[in-house]
Formats: sequence, structure tokens, C-alpha cells
Amino acid sequence: MNHQATFTKRNSQQQLPGGIHPPERKTLSNVAKLRQAPIPNQLVLPLNQHLGSVAKPIVTVGQKVLKGQQIAAAQGRISANVHASTSGTVLDIGLYAIAHPSNLPTTCIIIQSDGQDKAIDYNPIADPFNQTPETLRTAIETAGIIGLGGAGFPSAHKTNTQAHKPVHTLLLNAVECEPYITADDISLRERNREIITGCQLLCRASGATSIKIGIEDNKPEAIAALEHSLTQEILHYPVELTVVPTQYPSGGEKQLIQLLTGLEVPAKGLPTDLGLLCHNVGTAYAVYRAIELGEPLITRVTTLTGEALPAQARGNYEVRIGTPIKDLLTTLQTHWQNLNRLIMGGPMMGFTLQNLNVPVVKTTNCLIAATQTELPTSEPEQTCIRCGHCAEVCPASLLPQQLYWHTKAENHQALVQHNLFDCIECGACAYVCPSHIPLVQYYRFAKGEIRQHQAETTKSNRARQRFEARTARIEQAKAQREAQRAAHRKKVSDQRPSAKAQTSIETINDPEALKNAFLKAQKTWLDAQKALEYSQKNSPADTSKLEVKIEKLKTKAEQAKTQWEQAKGSN
Amino acid sequence: MIETSITASLIAIAILVALTVILGGLLGFASIRFKVDEDPIVDQINAILPQTQCGQCGHPGCRPYAEAIANGEAINHCPPGGQQTINELADLLNCEPLPLDAEHGVESELPKVAVIREAECIGCTKCIQACPVDAILGAAKQMHTVIADECTGCDLCVEPCPVDCIDMVSVNKTLQTWQWNKPCGATQNTEHLIAVRNL
Repeated sequence: MNHQATFTKRNSQQQLPGGIHPPERKTLSNVAKLRQAPIPNQLVLPLNQHLGSVAKPIVTVGQKVLKGQQIAAAQGRISANVHASTSGTVLDIGLYAIAHPSNLPTTCIIIQSDGQDKAIDYNPIADPFNQTPETLRTAIETAGIIGLGGAGFPSAHKTNTQAHKPVHTLLLNAVECEPYITADDISLRERNREIITGCQLLCRASGATSIKIGIEDNKPEAIAALEHSLTQEILHYPVELTVVPTQYPSGGEKQLIQLLTGLEVPAKGLPTDLGLLCHNVGTAYAVYRAIELGEPLITRVTTLTGEALPAQARGNYEVRIGTPIKDLLTTLQTHWQNLNRLIMGGPMMGFTLQNLNVPVVKTTNCLIAATQTELPTSEPEQTCIRCGHCAEVCPASLLPQQLYWHTKAENHQALVQHNLFDCIECGACAYVCPSHIPLVQYYRFAKGEIRQHQAETTKSNRARQRFEARTARIEQAKAQREAQRAAHRKKVSDQRPSAKAQTSIETINDPEALKNAFLKAQKTWLDAQKALEYSQKNSPADTSKLEVKIEKLKTKAEQAKTQWEQAKGSN
Repeated sequence: MIETSITASLIAIAILVALTVILGGLLGFASIRFKVDEDPIVDQINAILPQTQCGQCGHPGCRPYAEAIANGEAINHCPPGGQQTINELADLLNCEPLPLDAEHGVESELPKVAVIREAECIGCTKCIQACPVDAILGAAKQMHTVIADECTGCDLCVEPCPVDCIDMVSVNKTLQTWQWNKPCGATQNTEHLIAVRNL
């Protein structure tokens, strides 16, 4: 099956609502070719590089591992495997710092490299376009692939559209709208054929029937390379390449969908609600490697840029996952004295690293070693002057200023009504704010507060239910006991005379019952006799009362015996 | 003339009387048909209370305290809920948000959860009987354990334990529960403010 590729270009009228045009600074890193970063001495592999549950280590300290060997297993559906990025020995499994704005440590596996970089035998899938989607998805899952664009959602689960809703179109996000980052640009220039194959494999795995690629017009080389290979390659699906005008944040998933299809993802919805699925260029390339070469996700293309790096060192590198950032910057001969801020991710959505001993993870698309002049420390926040620029640039058409006021007042209900959760945290509002208000930080805080509040409410509801269930159970048990007691009392009072009558009637007729009664009476009498003898032997206490009682018991036993014998004789 | 006006006023009176009877009947019917047995304000108050069922307010559980508040008890007797709960109650009941009454306890910084030192547990089931939310699992002469997700941190299991093997442990922030801090707000430092000159 050979399909045609179509090429379209959007003009500037067909743009997103809002959006900004920050300085691109992409030429810092998009001139050099893709290079291999050196294999570090030690690798730090966090077990929660993805969204979802933390993976579980399956190696032990001191164990030898090979490149590509699985070292941690996914837990549950939304999770991802972790693999050793080079061969060596497991040094430790413990808590280490990772790149996260909280600075909280997390469980990591430390591998001491042996320098040999010896790989396990990879098992590529032969003729993948004739395999079932399940086979491809299993391969993606085994390879530990997650969304490499930034969010890190496990790709196999995302691609498993039967689990939620069927999709018809796969969107390949090659927009890369954030300043500085050129990882996808360089990958597309040098690996476009592999990326197109990976994209078609994702299409096959998800059951989609067409592919749409979106790319910004500030990457002419990548566009030319893509157009060239799209006309040369054998295509299994119709592909439409759309060049969109450069504007931040057109690379957001929802924004790209709006640009390419004109449809809007509903609030609280997913692209699958529209029959769409969006994957990043890096993910498509990782899928190609996993299926065609059998190699798990152990490297990624990362942009290393910023003016604190020497000009010849800036560029894109294929970095082993788990490489400590300090090692990486040292090999690139960073001008440490000029380094003011080190940012992971882009300048708009990334965060400043506090600790250089953190590793490159699967979602690290960019590291910016910025000087003071390049990315100056943010100005102090001032009061909102209600200029409304933030509302003009919001790509989600929200009201950032209202959200800001409600966040300050911690008015959760109003925030939800103003669709706070549709905010993609792109930072356009904070970028244009003349009062330098860190608006995104306010929204992140508010989202966290609301989520925590919801979690607390759920928990307290559950506690209430359990408490009520317990109270009801205790009351029921009490009532049951009361009822039983009452019933017993009634039974006893009702049956006492009649019970006697009944026994006497029965005893007349039944020699067996009489025999039992006699044996019982005899046993009681003999036991009492024994007790009497014992007490007489051991203590000089007064036993006359007991003797009288025993006498009575003896008479009773004898009476029972005669009754029994009479009954036996009459029968 | 007089006769017609008398008839007219009689008709008017008759209509009004009829209306009164009909509407009165409707109201009477509605008051019986749509009668609310429970005081809905108790439910609203109970929804705000943290449901730890700890009894620090002096009532055997959150609902009894909600009932007491509805009957006029002070709203600041709930240490687990803290100031936030007091503020929400003040909003709901339209009264003054008082500070927490220290007599009933202090608000803890971090949420707590009970943990049984399992090696020391003798399996007496006393903590199971004390737990208001059935968050302790175990049987007689078997080791007990706390279901951490269901534990409200109420402290009630600590005291009955004859071997003192239950600890109240603070739940630290993890990557899953961490959240961003609130920005500190506009600067109070005047030297950063935009200079405004008289032109």
C-alpha cells in the first residue's frame, strides 16, 4: 500500500487565540550536528521518570547488568520499565536527588559503568506492519517508552486506544515552540526516515488510519528533510504535513490539535474524545528503535545550550538516560563563573535546578546554562494594574487576571468556574505581565490546593462512611443481643412449667431417656461424694450441709433408677 | 346601586375566602408532603468537619459535634480541622471565625497516621475496638496492623494499647503529594517600585 503525502502551509490568519513571540534563541544550538555525549562513570536512574506509579527494582546491589537490560519493572497500567543505559555493576538502590522543583529525593538505581558498554541481545520485531497492534504495543511497553515531549505519560497506555476511545488520526507534534530547544529540529533533520517509520508504527499500534504532522515555519531544514523523505519513502498511511506559523505555545497538545484540525479538545477531556492521538517526535523515534531494532529507551536527544556553555559545545547530544548533569556540563567545559541559572526544560515551562548532581531523565529535552544577562533574575512582583495583557495572550482563552485574584483569595469554587484546570501553564501571561507577577506559579499553587482539598474531602467522606457503618454495626449487634436476651427470657418463662410436664410424660414412655436421667443423677451424686471425701481429708471444715445435699442427690439417683427399671419392665 | 355594590363586595369576599382556603390547603399539604425530618444544617456542618472522629471536641464523633454546633455550641473546638474548618463553619453559619480553643488541643502541622510496631503487638484487639473508622486489621492473638490510607490520625488507639506499641507518625511530603508554594505576593520594598515622576 502506497499512500501520498500532502503538504500545506497555514498563513498567519489561521492562528491560535493569544500566543506570544519570545526571542527564539534557537540558533545557539541548531547549527551543530547531533553528537554523542560521553558515557558517564556512574549512572543515576530514577524509578519515577514517568507519570503514574513508581517502578519496582528487579536487580540487587552488586549485580552485573548489561546495556539495555531491564532493571526496574512497571507497576500497574500507568507506569514504565527502566533499563540500564550502559553495562556495569549496580552500586546502590536508594534515595537520591532528582530534577524536580520540590528537591525531594526519590528511589534511584546507581550503576557503576564498566566502560565496555556491552549490550544484551536485542529482539527486533520482523515485518512490524503485518503484526497485530497488541504486539507493537507490548514492544513499546517493554521498551519503557514514555512521552518524550515533557509530560512523560507511558506511551503504550496512551496508544492503547481500545481501552478508552478509538482514534482515526495520529498527530505528530514537531512544532517545538519553546525558545532555545532544538532537539526535535535536529532529530528531524538527521533521522527523518526513522521518525516517519516510528510514527507509522505508532499509527499501526493505535489503530489510526491517517497521520498529520505539524511543524513551525522556523525550521526550514527540518521541513525540507521531511518533505524529501515523505516523497521518497513508502507510506503505509496518508500523511499530511502542515507548516504552522511560529508562535508560542502552538506546540501544546490542545493548541496543535486546534491548529491542525480546527477542533477544540473539550474541558476535562482528552484528544481521544475527538478521535485524535498526539505523539512527540522523540517518542516516534524511540518507538522506531524499540520495534525495528529492539532497543529499549536508554538514550534521548537533549539540547545543551545557553551562553554559559562554550560556543562550540552548544548543540544537541544523544545522552544516556541517567547521566549526571554535572558530568555532562564538565565534559562540555562550562564556564562555571558565568553560569547564573541552570534550567531544565525550556525557559517558559522549565524550572531552575538547585542541585547539579541530578541525572538526565527520559523527559529532559533541554538544559539551559544561562548567564545573568541572558536570563536575568526575575524582577520583584508588583501589584496588578489590571492592564489585561494576560487575557490577550492566553492560548486557552481563559481570564488570567480573574484566576489571579481568586487564587489570592483562595476562592476554589470561583477558580473551578473560571476553568483553572484548562490552564496549560505555558507562561505566556506571566511573560507579558508588566508587574512581573509569577502568574503560573499562582495557578500551580491553586491547582495543588484544589487537588489536595478534593483528596481531603474524599478521605473524610470515606472516614464518615466507615464511622457510620461501624456505629450502625455496633448498634445492630447491641439490638440483636437485646432481642436474643428478651427472646430467651420469654422462652424460659413460657416453657418452665410445660417443660417439666413434657419431661415427665416423656420419661414415662421412654426408657432410654430415663436411663440417661438416672446416669446423670448418679454421676452428680458420685461427684459430690468424691468432693466430700476430698474436703474431709484435706480440711476440717464443716461438711454437714454437704452431706445432707449428697443424701438428697442419692435419693434422686435411686428414684431415677427405679423409674427406669419400671419403664424397662413395662416395655 | 347600593345593592349591586354590596353584591360586588360579597363576591370579592367570597373569592378571597376561597383563595385563602385553597392556598392554605396547599401550604398545609406541602408542609406534610415535603417535610424534612432532619435538620439539613447538621449535614452541612458535618460535611465541613474533618471526620477524624477523634472526640477531641468532647463529642463521640463528628456528627454529634455537628448537631451540637447546630444547637449553639462554639465552632472552635475541632483541632484536626484547624483554622480552615473554623473559617468554613463561620462562613456557613454567618458568625465570627474565632481562633481554635486550645483547651481541646492544638492543630498539628503535618497529618499523622498510627503505626503499630508489629513485633511488639500481643494481639489484644483493644485498639481495634477503639478505632472509630475500622482502620485496624487483626484478630485475637494475631498481629494487628493499621490500614494507613483509612487512618484519620485520631489518636484514639494509642491509649488503650497495653504494651504501648502504637506510634503516631507524621506523614511527610512525597513527590506525589508535594505542591507548589504560594508566591509571596507584591513586594513591600519601595525601592523596587516603578518610579513615578511629576511631568
